Amino acid sequence: MAKAKRDDVAVTVLDKDGLGDFIKNLRKSGYQVFGPRRDSDAVIYDLIDGADDLPAGWGSEQKGGHYRLRRRDDGALFGYGLGPQGWKRQLYPPRQKLFAATRKEGGGFTLAPPAPPDPPMAFIGVRACELAAIARQAKVFGDRDFADPGYQRRLAEALIVAVQCGEALDTCFCASMGTGPEVKAGFDVKLTELIDESRHVFVAEAGTPRGAKLLKAAKPASPADIKAAAQVVKNAEIQQKHLDPAAARALAANPEHPRWDQVAARCLTCGNCTMVCPTCFCTTVEDVTDLKGDNAERWRKWDSCFTTDFSYIHGGAVRTEARSRYRQWITHKLSTWVDQFDETGCVGCGRCITWCPVGIDITEEAAAITGQGRN
Amino acid sequence: MSERKRPKLAVWKFSSCDGCQLTLLDCEDELLALTEEVRISYFLEATRKVEKGPYDVSLVEGSITTPHDIKAIREVRKQSKLLITIGACATAGGIQALRNFKNVKDFIRTVYAHPEYIDTLTTSTAISDHVPVDFELRGCPVNKYQMLEVLNAALNGRKPNIPRHSQCIECKESGTVCRMVAAGTACLGPVTQAGCGTLCPGKDRGCYGCFGPMETPNTAALAGQLLALGQTGRDVHRLFRTYNANADAFRKESDSHG
Repeated sequence: MAKAKRDDVAVTVLDKDGLGDFIKNLRKSGYQVFGPRRDSDAVIYDLIDGADDLPAGWGSEQKGGHYRLRRRDDGALFGYGLGPQGWKRQLYPPRQKLFAATRKEGGGFTLAPPAPPDPPMAFIGVRACELAAIARQAKVFGDRDFADPGYQRRLAEALIVAVQCGEALDTCFCASMGTGPEVKAGFDVKLTELIDESRHVFVAEAGTPRGAKLLKAAKPASPADIKAAAQVVKNAEIQQKHLDPAAARALAANPEHPRWDQVAARCLTCGNCTMVCPTCFCTTVEDVTDLKGDNAERWRKWDSCFTTDFSYIHGGAVRTEARSRYRQWITHKLSTWVDQFDETGCVGCGRCITWCPVGIDITEEAAAITGQGRN
Repeated sequence: MSERKRPKLAVWKFSSCDGCQLTLLDCEDELLALTEEVRISYFLEATRKVEKGPYDVSLVEGSITTPHDIKAIREVRKQSKLLITIGACATAGGIQALRNFKNVKDFIRTVYAHPEYIDTLTTSTAISDHVPVDFELRGCPVNKYQMLEVLNAALNGRKPNIPRHSQCIECKESGTVCRMVAAGTACLGPVTQAGCGTLCPGKDRGCYGCFGPMETPNTAALAGQLLALGQTGRDVHRLFRTYNANADAFRKESDSHG
């Protein structure tokens, strides 16, 4: 995403065909276009061919350990809430080949030239919490001395079409984390879906010159459209769950709280929370060779602090108990992440709540351990 | 084929269906490369040519179910530098370990016209219950890529890259939508070791636990959730009593839902 230039903001309006043409143009310009698409039992973020792939009329019901697709009666294209996995999948793939090498005759080895990079990606339907998650991972992978060139390239090239939420899921708490629901920065184009008796349109605002170019031919939005769009996002501010990020910093000061044992009794140590978390960034490196040992590859794979291998050092794993692994995860997310990166590692998307098979709720655990009672 | 000395590979079978050995033969593209690196010295499923031990690497399929098996596995151990067990039978006793929960004499009387010909143990147990094992490769059947990885690691003297974490991590890596959360399907994925390639969840089925318990299985918490999703105690009992019924964690959990 190119740097935002906010002095030439034009607010336009697209109808459904206009959105279809918008996606068609992106494909024509060489982008791989990713967007929400229904896949059996969920709306996932995947390659889409056009606006017809968008999940028209699908919503979702989400709570601890529970996700169900629901029909909506308004035909909304962006009424599905959040997909099971965020844009981490695209920007930071689960498996990345770092290099390949071949043994040279007489000793040493030759590195294979890296594969040409994939075409740039365009993301349709990025929520405010997801923009925040992308910004946090970008900081992890780039702000310090050792930037991750692959991540930075994919992100710099990506065209981001954000979509404002019109309602919160029961698992959402972006409002208390300060990341949403309003989309404020980090987008090329921001869409707000407006549906009433007479129309189904998308108010589209450019956040960058690149976004403005894409909207050049679109009709300007009327003041009434702009007002209606602002009201849409207001509805999403009503949220069931809350987390106090300032209070949650005290997690690190409570390593012996009895609640750790209670949550450990429920925790499956399956790692789902870390896999679906849009900011979790840990990886492991795996070297593979062919049987002769003439060809070798090094791969980087997503890892999870819920595995015992994750804390394996000489002699064994440091975190053998479920309680120490859960504590590591939530404490890093809400407490020590701030020490590292001057911001919290949680954006309030609630995925770890929905996709935990037993529905462990980060907001409840944080509140219980930092003495705020259950929310 | 090169004249240099290749390590000798033996493949042994105990009580089993042969599916794991077949997985080795199923490595079609890699099989020739494998024969260049090892000398197949004993593999009755593939060839009647038999060479005497000792062997550098033995792959052992199947569980121990007869007094003869006990003697035979000790001999295999004696003849093998590295002994790697393959599959749920060899690593946990297999589906035939269901006998461990019943009186085996009743089965013999029901099944065989002449029970007196049958000489069997009352249990089906893992190879590691009888002899020291260097590596256990899980699965019913084993995954061919994991099998090649284990052989590769053995030949190159390194630790195999075989994760012991949950199936959930493999599902998430592959982008498979969680069956349990999105459809309420009973699934053993959170307590099962990854490695199958997401066979069942990828086809909208819950995990049947073919790869046995993961490294730190919280079966009680999972069973509680399965009951909350509407499974009966008997359903939960049966879910844990399949190919890895005799694996410690699964056996204990099935026992508590008798």
